[in-house]
Amino acid sequence: MPDHNVQIGEEAVLKIRKLDFFYGDFKGLNNVNLDIARNKVTAFIGPSGCGKSTLLRTFNRMYDLYPGQRAEGEILFNGNNLLDRKQDVNLVRAKIGMVFQKPTPFPMTIYENIAFGVRLYEKLSASEMNDRVEWALNKAALWGEVKDKLQQSGLSLSGGQQQRLCIARAVAVKPEIVLLDEPTSALDPISTAKVEELIDELKLDYTIAIVTHNMQQAARISDYTAFMYLGELIEFGKTDELFVKPRVPQTEDYITGRFG
Amino acid sequence: MSEAADTGQVDMHAANIKIFKFQDMVFHKITLLFALIVLAALVGILASLAMEAAPAFKTFGLSFLWSNVWSVPDDEFGALIAIYGTVVTSVIALLIAVPVSFGIALFLTEACPTWLRRPLGTAIELLAGVPSIIYGIWGLFIFAPLFAKYVQPYLQQAFGDVPVLGGLVAGPPIGVGILAASIVLSLMVIPFIASVMRDVFETVPPVLKESAYGVGCTTWEVVWNIVLPYTRVGVIGGIMLGLGRALGETMAVTFVIGNANRIRGSLFAPGNSIASVLANEFGEADPGLHISSLFALGLVLFLITFIVLAISRWLIHRGTRKQGS
Repeated sequence: MPDHNVQIGEEAVLKIRKLDFFYGDFKGLNNVNLDIARNKVTAFIGPSGCGKSTLLRTFNRMYDLYPGQRAEGEILFNGNNLLDRKQDVNLVRAKIGMVFQKPTPFPMTIYENIAFGVRLYEKLSASEMNDRVEWALNKAALWGEVKDKLQQSGLSLSGGQQQRLCIARAVAVKPEIVLLDEPTSALDPISTAKVEELIDELKLDYTIAIVTHNMQQAARISDYTAFMYLGELIEFGKTDELFVKPRVPQTEDYITGRFG
Repeated sequence: MSEAADTGQVDMHAANIKIFKFQDMVFHKITLLFALIVLAALVGILASLAMEAAPAFKTFGLSFLWSNVWSVPDDEFGALIAIYGTVVTSVIALLIAVPVSFGIALFLTEACPTWLRRPLGTAIELLAGVPSIIYGIWGLFIFAPLFAKYVQPYLQQAFGDVPVLGGLVAGPPIGVGILAASIVLSLMVIPFIASVMRDVFETVPPVLKESAYGVGCTTWEVVWNIVLPYTRVGVIGGIMLGLGRALGETMAVTFVIGNANRIRGSLFAPGNSIASVLANEFGEADPGLHISSLFALGLVLFLITFIVLAISRWLIHRGTRKQGS
């Protein structure tokens, strides 16, 4: 059993307990235990194939879409086990938003990209909807750039803008948690910096879980860091502590660039 | 010495380049020639149809298009009956086929268990390959009698007294007729539309669907709001492919439409389509106005197909604007 603190000293919005994950017969995650702190950024790092994206995708049951993938164990979200079959997945996904590696604007206008998700769960008047769209685009620091072209296609934006549109879309439905799966790996350095700034602001209102390949990024933006390797959680703790004095040799090897 | 060798080399290169240029030119011209064949065939068919149809249009004028008389003994011909049959059967066929195909494609791409996906997909492709004459004999000898015995009486019982709908199901339930032809046609176009829809649905990037699921969409909402808009061009293309096939389908329709040169309001009544008139009458038509009228019908079918194509282009274009660009 790798040595790590499961618990954190503050309020946890997600509690992951004894989580195993299977791709058919292959075990992708092995006995993962950790807490995700409310209104904090938790980063997941580790070499490719270590299971960090897999773990993130269990938080909103995205794996449900694919036959043969299943999770066992517990993920407690405000006391409810997300993995429970009776749990309504659509509701979970409205509460736990996700942004992907590549920007994925919907094939509709910029305005509709935001309004679409809101309309699924809330009945707003036209002016309330306008306010919500502006609010979400402001949250994603995109309003100034797109306010004159809300009726253009979301696909007409640049890559960095598209990704911020996706973040705006995720926060527009007012989730509690935002999952970011390598959100900057397809972006240029300037767009990356903008998204990182954004994450820093978003944590005032939301809990953020981010998977990243970029250790500097994890060190820059996260409060907690989880290092994963071969489907196991090797070390988990405050980012400052984990990067400065890792307790496990494997973590040290990875963050100093000796492997991975 | 090296200088001489160099110039030799350069000459060699120059000569090679000349040969390459010549080969390129020949290749270019040959492909151009192939491409022109398409154009020549189109223009040739159109021109010969127009020429042969000219006497009919000269005699009857443009009223050929809306005259509902088709009488060989009186040498009087009008296209309305056949146009009506063609358009009505095709439209009803699409009304049936599009939702069914959509359901099939949806099931195959979004809901089907993996082990069933391949057999079902192959079955649809095989269905698309069944020769139309087989649909025709099946329609005439098996489907029409069953339809007359088990479906038509009940439809009449259910809708006979309803205004408008009652008129559509009036008349003796003899099986063959406009509705039977429409249903057989729909069966023929379903595999086409379904397999095109399935193919284009599969082109939607999984991550795009995941992001829609990620904001809390149900499968239906994902398909309706993301998959369909994303694949709009392909879906319209598939439907138009089906419509094109339905409009021009000859053998199966000729078998089950009843071949009566009359227009009746009822869908149970026998009728005729352009293609079935052509198939039935070309063999024994006398040279002169009859043959010419048949050519004119062919020309009309050609034009209908063009119009369908134009409408689909317009739909695609309009959709693009609506999506924002």
